[in-house]
Amino acid sequence: MQHYSGFGLVKHALSHHENWQRQWRNPTPKKEYDVIIVGGGGHGLATAYYLAKVHGITNVAVIEKGWLGGGNTARNTTIVRSNYLWDESAALYEHSMKLWEGLSQDLNYNVMFSQRGVLNLGHTLQDMRDIQRRVNANRLNGIDGEVLDTKGVQDIVPIMDCSKNARYPVMGASWQPRAGVARHDAVAWGYARGADARGVDILQQTEVTGFKIHDGRVVGVHTNRGDIGAKTVGCVASGNSGVLAKMAGFKLPIESHPLQALVSEPLKPVLDTVVMSNHVHGYISQSDKGDLVIGAGIDGYVGYGQRGSYATVEHTLQAIVEMFPIFSRVRMNRQWGGIVDTCPDACPILSATPVKGLFFNCGWGTGGFKATPGSGHIFAATLAKGKAHPLAAPFSIDRFHTGALVDEHGAAGVAH
Amino acid sequence: MFHIYCPYCEEHREEEEFHPKGQAHIQRPVDPEACSDEAWGDYLFFRDNPRGIHHELWVHAVGCRKFFNITRHTVSYEILETYKMGEKPSITAADLSEKDKQAGVQAASGGWQTVGARPESEALNKEARA
Repeated sequence: MQHYSGFGLVKHALSHHENWQRQWRNPTPKKEYDVIIVGGGGHGLATAYYLAKVHGITNVAVIEKGWLGGGNTARNTTIVRSNYLWDESAALYEHSMKLWEGLSQDLNYNVMFSQRGVLNLGHTLQDMRDIQRRVNANRLNGIDGEVLDTKGVQDIVPIMDCSKNARYPVMGASWQPRAGVARHDAVAWGYARGADARGVDILQQTEVTGFKIHDGRVVGVHTNRGDIGAKTVGCVASGNSGVLAKMAGFKLPIESHPLQALVSEPLKPVLDTVVMSNHVHGYISQSDKGDLVIGAGIDGYVGYGQRGSYATVEHTLQAIVEMFPIFSRVRMNRQWGGIVDTCPDACPILSATPVKGLFFNCGWGTGGFKATPGSGHIFAATLAKGKAHPLAAPFSIDRFHTGALVDEHGAAGVAH
Repeated sequence: MFHIYCPYCEEHREEEEFHPKGQAHIQRPVDPEACSDEAWGDYLFFRDNPRGIHHELWVHAVGCRKFFNITRHTVSYEILETYKMGEKPSITAADLSEKDKQAGVQAASGGWQTVGARPESEALNKEARA
């Protein structure tokens, strides 16, 4: 693997940047792998990377039906935070946050992780009580957080309408300074490059069409490029997890919904943090390129079409303009939908399944991007050892039968 | 944006008047006190979620406020039929063409089916936790 550095940049400038090595190979599938990962998004590539780096398992293939990071990795609003209420999810997302903090160095790839802070606004007395409870819980779990009053919010975001005349006046917010945003494509590419350098085969344009199952144990997958054998298979396919589960003969407690987002035309720097509001229901940040990155709620119906209804976009922008009247005449540039796999308790599933050797990492719903490094790290350990990593144990699929849900819905600033 | 035919109002109205309420035809266990945790968990949480033909419950929230069913394609989003509560869908898996089947189009299988109701899964989950 070609090491990236400032010196390399200068050196390649002399040859007009025409001799950079390709970041990963385009290999022909082998007959058999130790581990196959289905899904070449951020989580899948991170899993492959940590399998190779931490566990020394390099006979690994990542199978992706489209191109790398072309699903939800490319379609999210890039927010990274770890201020979740319950101990189980706080541990999971904080594990991820700690990996984010050293990720660019670890990957030798600039993922542009910018810890510009996240505000979760409170608009009602109950919002503020919930915020205080959550911030206290976060602090007990070693996660940074502060409760701000209206003035504190106004100091951080002077352009927001914090007046008493607002339709939903801002009463305060929780503030996590270590939270922020990262460059989503770079995360997928950085992990792909690191995994490839350690021997992982990344098979793009390869679609899994079924599982080879013998005596209740998975022995490989059928693909549109032929059958590939495997001792262990990990599925990390976000919105299409349910489709894969159906192929393997079981169901998941998941519904796939479109989640839309949009970006505006590029503006000069105007917003240097991330603002989220559950009550008015929208979230916004400004990318390094200058566009406002905006998102809100899912479309309520089941859908796989990577698009949603315009009414949802309209509601989202109503919320943004309510909070930021200054943006009322900003024009929107692009709008898209991703398919999110939502769980009843808004927490992921990292779990063994009824098929031996087949593991699922799914159900991240509307907030998977922030978990990319942690999810990959923990799922790699689960695949390598064949049993759940301690941080993954509470997120087993059997919680939907025991009743031990990790109910983050509404608890953790999960807005959907 | 959907243009939905309400079988009670007998009119097409805009999507904004309706709310989707999830999978249709979910049968509550006949005797909840006696059913297993697995059957109860399946009833509460496990859903069809097909990539293809889906039967779902909608409510005409700011119209007649009645619940009814829609059969809809979850990739093209095409509304194939709407029908009243208590009626059966006329478009089901049997209507999938060979071409659809080969392309991996799925159809809702109805009712609940389950991870948990399989006897081996509890042992597996225990194994995974150990």
